[in-house]
Amino acid sequence: MEAQEIYSRLERQFAGQVSDFKGEVKEPYLTVAADAIVAVCCFLRDDADLRFEVLSDLTALDWPKEEKIQVVYHFFSYSRNHQIVLKVDLPRDNPKIATVESVWKVANWLEREVYDLFGVIFEGHSDLRRIMLPEDWVGYPLRKDYVEQEEYDGISTQRAPLVEKLLR
Amino acid sequence: MKPLLNSLPETVFTTKVDDLLNWGRASSQWYMLFGLACCAIELMQTGGPRADLDRFGAVPRATPRQSDLMIVAGTLTYKMAKRTKLLYDQMPDPKYVISMGSCSNCGGLFQLAYSVCKGVDKIIPVDVYVPGCPPRPEALTEGLLRIQDKIMHERWLVKPARPAGDAAGV
Repeated sequence: MEAQEIYSRLERQFAGQVSDFKGEVKEPYLTVAADAIVAVCCFLRDDADLRFEVLSDLTALDWPKEEKIQVVYHFFSYSRNHQIVLKVDLPRDNPKIATVESVWKVANWLEREVYDLFGVIFEGHSDLRRIMLPEDWVGYPLRKDYVEQEEYDGISTQRAPLVEKLLR
Repeated sequence: MKPLLNSLPETVFTTKVDDLLNWGRASSQWYMLFGLACCAIELMQTGGPRADLDRFGAVPRATPRQSDLMIVAGTLTYKMAKRTKLLYDQMPDPKYVISMGSCSNCGGLFQLAYSVCKGVDKIIPVDVYVPGCPPRPEALTEGLLRIQDKIMHERWLVKPARPAGDAAGV
């Protein structure tokens, strides 16, 4: 199914909650309201013509100027051979969204990764811990305003400037 | 390696206790099976039949408690750094450390990343730094030979304490 068709289906089903479809890019995307994400995901998975069996990626973007964090969902359907990308805008100071773990199990780890690096809180997640960085890490490193700590757990994070090294 | 002093060929060997101890230690540097990233592939290659680290008496051990030598092979993240320190502390003295490759020397290619430790010498003392990205097996073998040289110059009976963080001064 073409992306345009998928979008018009979603528009019919979730009037007012999906918007901003962009179809002339390689991976067509649309924007979904944050509170509709679980319903939209369930629909995409269960509808007989859509059948998105796979959440192939879940990631996020940080837009400091627009004061928003954008969570991005990539779906793929093996049986229908089509794909779509959903984007959800969240406020940057309090990014919270419902988990889609109940729809696709794989979302568990992907959401933990986004939580780890962007600090997005996935409400209802069964095990929302950092997945890659140590548990006692401070801050969310993929946010644009992330400042590296002076040291981590007694290990200095500083390094000698390269020029100084050459002059020595 | 320095040959033992041989006074009566094929009958009697005389040597210094220090030299004998050092000779034994230098010829049985068991290294820990411990690879962190792509350098570990070269480490495996070094232990394999072509470069064959075994011929210098260096065999891999799967536990720090039986190891004399730690080869830090690969990118060291802060999460791993804590565990590396723990492994190092579990090794019995005398113990030696080879820092293999740019990443464990100084953070290498990833030194600007938020999660990468800027050199393994920030957490444990390093004896020999092997440069390269990754170093070839020959380079790592050279590193082991440098460790052996260093051991052969150590004195155990009259014992000056081995200063921590003493870099390769061979």
